[in-house]
Amino acid sequence: MTLRLLLRTGALLVSLAVSSAAVFAFMAVLPGDPARVALGVNASDAAVAAMRTQYGLDRPLLTQYVDWATHLVRFDLGTSYVSKAEIGPQVLDRFQVSLWLVVVSMLIAVIVAVPLGTLAAVRHRSALGVVVTAVSQVGVAIPAFLAGIALVTVFAVMLRWLPANGWTPPSADPAMFVKQLILPALSLGAVQGAVLTRYVRSAVLDVLREDYIRTARAKGLTPVRALVRHGLRNAAIPVVTVLGLQLATLLIGAVVIERVFVIPGLGSLLLDAVRTRDLIVVQDVVMLLVLAVLVVNYLVDLLYLAIDPRLRTGEVR
Amino acid sequence: MRARLFAHPGFVVGAVIVGAVVLMAAVSYVWTPYDPTFVDASSRLLSPSWSHPFGTDKFGRDVFSQILMGSRTTLFVGFVAVGVAAAVGVPLGIVSAMAPRYVDEPLMRGSDLLLAFPALLLAIMFSAVYGASTLTAMVAIGIASIPSFARVIRSGALQVMRQEYVLAARVAGRGPVAVGVRHVLPNVASLVIVQASVSFAIAVLAEAALSYLGLGTPPPTPSWGRMLQESQELLFVAPRLSVFPGAAIALAVLGFNLLGDGLRDVLDPRLEDQR
Repeated sequence: MTLRLLLRTGALLVSLAVSSAAVFAFMAVLPGDPARVALGVNASDAAVAAMRTQYGLDRPLLTQYVDWATHLVRFDLGTSYVSKAEIGPQVLDRFQVSLWLVVVSMLIAVIVAVPLGTLAAVRHRSALGVVVTAVSQVGVAIPAFLAGIALVTVFAVMLRWLPANGWTPPSADPAMFVKQLILPALSLGAVQGAVLTRYVRSAVLDVLREDYIRTARAKGLTPVRALVRHGLRNAAIPVVTVLGLQLATLLIGAVVIERVFVIPGLGSLLLDAVRTRDLIVVQDVVMLLVLAVLVVNYLVDLLYLAIDPRLRTGEVR
Repeated sequence: MRARLFAHPGFVVGAVIVGAVVLMAAVSYVWTPYDPTFVDASSRLLSPSWSHPFGTDKFGRDVFSQILMGSRTTLFVGFVAVGVAAAVGVPLGIVSAMAPRYVDEPLMRGSDLLLAFPALLLAIMFSAVYGASTLTAMVAIGIASIPSFARVIRSGALQVMRQEYVLAARVAGRGPVAVGVRHVLPNVASLVIVQASVSFAIAVLAEAALSYLGLGTPPPTPSWGRMLQESQELLFVAPRLSVFPGAAIALAVLGFNLLGDGLRDVLDPRLEDQR
């Protein structure tokens, strides 16, 4: 158990080191000169040279990388090449916005998928089960931003129940905050819910075929009680993995949804930085998103240990 | 096997949809009702009619012609992206399965690490550095699809490596390259086909999202994702404009998903029987 934990933590640290080096190498080395990119092709050599000195871009690459990485660890993200503002506080602000979106979407996905997927598995031979499976299949084919546009068309344009876009912090106007969050969270959550429904269905189907369910049924438990008492915990293992992977997908999906609903989250910051060629902001935000994905996967692995006692006692693979 | 494929309802529906998309792209090379990029100020935002089956957009361009041409972009990006992913992922998977553990382990960890860079993030990095284009979108989607190819092919190749004919070939003195190319590759071909179809669906989704964000094919080349983005600002005026590209994207993805699932159902048991 302890060895497993240590190995997994070590793997996380190595992954972080390698991916940060990859991001740095791509963003700082490949374009040739970030200062030239930021200032544009028409900038004078003197201006470019001045900017290189100002941001330390004239130092050896290894020094630059170590400097960037060590500052990153202390959450000092440096200053923007374009707006000259501190990046850290901006990112923190934007991240809170994205986090609301991601967490609420995830909740929606779970609330939709767990009952529907279980239903589709338990009733997999009935018309109801087939309908749920078919609907989830179609849902998987719909990208979140398309669902978003469809939801806006119905609930904002036609019915006029909810605002088409925008963002209000919960502290400023809680009612407006909820109204504006519903559609974006629903578009991200419903699509992820469709994907998750398929996984829940197949996980529950697998469990239903197990001997211990038959034993529980033979003991006189009803199918539902047998599933609740013995099955769901086992079915949870593959579902939690997918949930973890989905959390990562949601973080990235939020980038697109933020554009659809004009939400000032991390994604908008990233896309604006791409437009203004603010490479340091792109580099920082990409690295933070990669970090989030890696850390989520790490936590999922730890969660495994908590859910499945067999992994705790078993030897390291 | 062909009989089993055509008895699979998902496969048939998927094949019909994918066939229709391919047909649309093929037709667009010889005929479109109008020039999809032709701006006609006198016929802006027309409703669907006999002369414009899907209506016209804010520049008076014929939407139906744009959808036809957009299918080309979708298929082109999909083909190149899946090609890139297969070209790197398949050899990677086979080498990983055949090589000793000290080669296999780092290769697979590296491929796992790539999973932390989804297509969208890669595309954003590429377009920040090189500017957005069809090429950056294709390469980003392709690279992001490598790990799934590598993983699937590796597990298939591991099964093949346990077969007696592989042992026989090695005893007969065949080198690792010959074994890999002559014996392993043909036997994981069905897995490659299944994975290609599944990855194609993901590539279509990713391409649509990237062009929606303006990180894909630049105007005026029609692309479904960008049509959707252009339609969004007119949602209160002409909501129908978002319906056609939206439906095209969803149908294409559904088609490739169903095709992939059908192929997997029919092709995969063969490998399981051999185990």
